Amino acid sequence: MTENSGLPTPTPATTLETEPFWEAAAEGRFVLPRCNSCEHVIWYPRLFCPECGSTDVSYVDAAGTGTVYSFTVVEKGQGRWRDHSPYVLAYVELDEGPRMMTNIVGVDPDAVAIGAAVQAVFDPGKDGGAVIRFTLQ
Amino acid sequence: MSISGAAHIAGVYEHPGRNLPDVTVPQIHAAVAKGALDDAGLTFDDVDAYYCAGDAPGFGGLSMADYLGLNCREIDSTETGGSSYLVHARHAAASIAAGHIDVALITLAGKPRTGGRGPGGSMASSAPESSFESLFGLNVIAGYALAAQRHMHEFGTTSEQLAEIKVAASIHAQHNPNAFLSDPVTIDEVVESPMIARPLHRLDACVITDGGGALVMVSAETAAKLTRQTCPVLGTGVGVETTNRGRIDLTRTGAVVSGPAAFAEAGVTPADIDYASIYDSFTITVLITLEDLGFCEKGQGGGFVSDGALQAGGQLPFNTDGGGLCNNHPANRGGMTKVIEAVRQLRGEAHAEVQVADCELALAHGTGGSLATRMGSATLILGRGN
Ligand SMILES: [Zn+2]
Repeated sequence: MTENSGLPTPTPATTLETEPFWEAAAEGRFVLPRCNSCEHVIWYPRLFCPECGSTDVSYVDAAGTGTVYSFTVVEKGQGRWRDHSPYVLAYVELDEGPRMMTNIVGVDPDAVAIGAAVQAVFDPGKDGGAVIRFTLQ
Repeated sequence: MSISGAAHIAGVYEHPGRNLPDVTVPQIHAAVAKGALDDAGLTFDDVDAYYCAGDAPGFGGLSMADYLGLNCREIDSTETGGSSYLVHARHAAASIAAGHIDVALITLAGKPRTGGRGPGGSMASSAPESSFESLFGLNVIAGYALAAQRHMHEFGTTSEQLAEIKVAASIHAQHNPNAFLSDPVTIDEVVESPMIARPLHRLDACVITDGGGALVMVSAETAAKLTRQTCPVLGTGVGVETTNRGRIDLTRTGAVVSGPAAFAEAGVTPADIDYASIYDSFTITVLITLEDLGFCEKGQGGGFVSDGALQAGGQLPFNTDGGGLCNNHPANRGGMTKVIEAVRQLRGEAHAEVQVADCELALAHGTGGSLATRMGSATLILGRGN
């Protein structure tokens, strides 16, 4: 699902380790790195398993669903975010386990609560890329 | 091997300035170094080890060691943000205990108020996590708001309880002529101040000031030769809290490791502490840290800080200089001033209105980085000495 939030969406800096994540996002797919030794789902994306030390890591499809672990409604943003306040900064706990930082978009900030079910959306940026944000299910 | 008692803090100095447009950052480092050495009764020629963090201009500690004309046989530029200076103190105490060095100088200085943004904990774009945290409008207070919101959700902590922490700091700051904010505030004034990132208000945040501070640490043998009262380092601890392999716990800090280590090394418990300097970038920082250090059970911080417990004369007097919340947060880093006020209390040199009677045992705690991501925590326990 695509959701143009209007929030700042710069082109992410990629590395050899994170290119597969961002290339998938640009195609509308949410992938997560997973350790082939211990099955730990890794966050943030890297080609190293912080759970067992293995470097045998593959990107696999994520469900794209989770719940809000914590959030804040930022009333006074800074820099280029100043003009987008209020906006919702959050940690989402993915069904696969990781807690990832993101924004909750497309909803009234007052409707966001810890524990609320959320769904990933692909927020298009320049250059054909996309940032993964979430909206309430 | 325990290092307890092998090293003493012999000199401390806090720069009185809060707006310093007309001096350079190296000048402030030099001024606080001179101040702390004078306080100890020592000179630059006595220093054989130098410690500084990312606020020091130049290449690690080398540039400032050169600027100050030091002759060092030990140097350490460990960077853990605002807690760096407590980590340095632990490293210096260990090097003194090992006999490697005799007189350690630790300095902090910065001008976030008049000199543009300093290095204060900025996350380099080369950091491997950068793209996964920088795209979402994360800023310092918003990160701490994430922690506060989760703590409220799990434990029922309230904004009024967080405000108690600011109120206590402000009541202390009124007696500090150098304090940046010197007017006492009420709980209502804190919770009615502008909301910046829910649930944190403007008055939940620390001040932004220029300034600096320095410590001089010496061996017990050298301490015995000085006329100034020196305070033995009884316990030290460091803890690194991360995003926990992708399962971050926003209600926990590195103090869960640094606190028990420091208490064990000192052979004391939280109940023995007469005075505590607790890192106070935001009110929530104090509340979670008090829990993690063991002053109360996890989740009970809100009740613990209520009814003036942190005020002079309360159950656990804290940050009697006004802390980072009201007095001073030089270079956006509050660890140095935490140690300085603890030494003032042990020497009986805090303001009379906030001096803890018969203060024998003090704790100083630093938190660097962010509660919302990764942090370095450090705890010192100091004795009164003589
Ligand atoms: Zn693994």
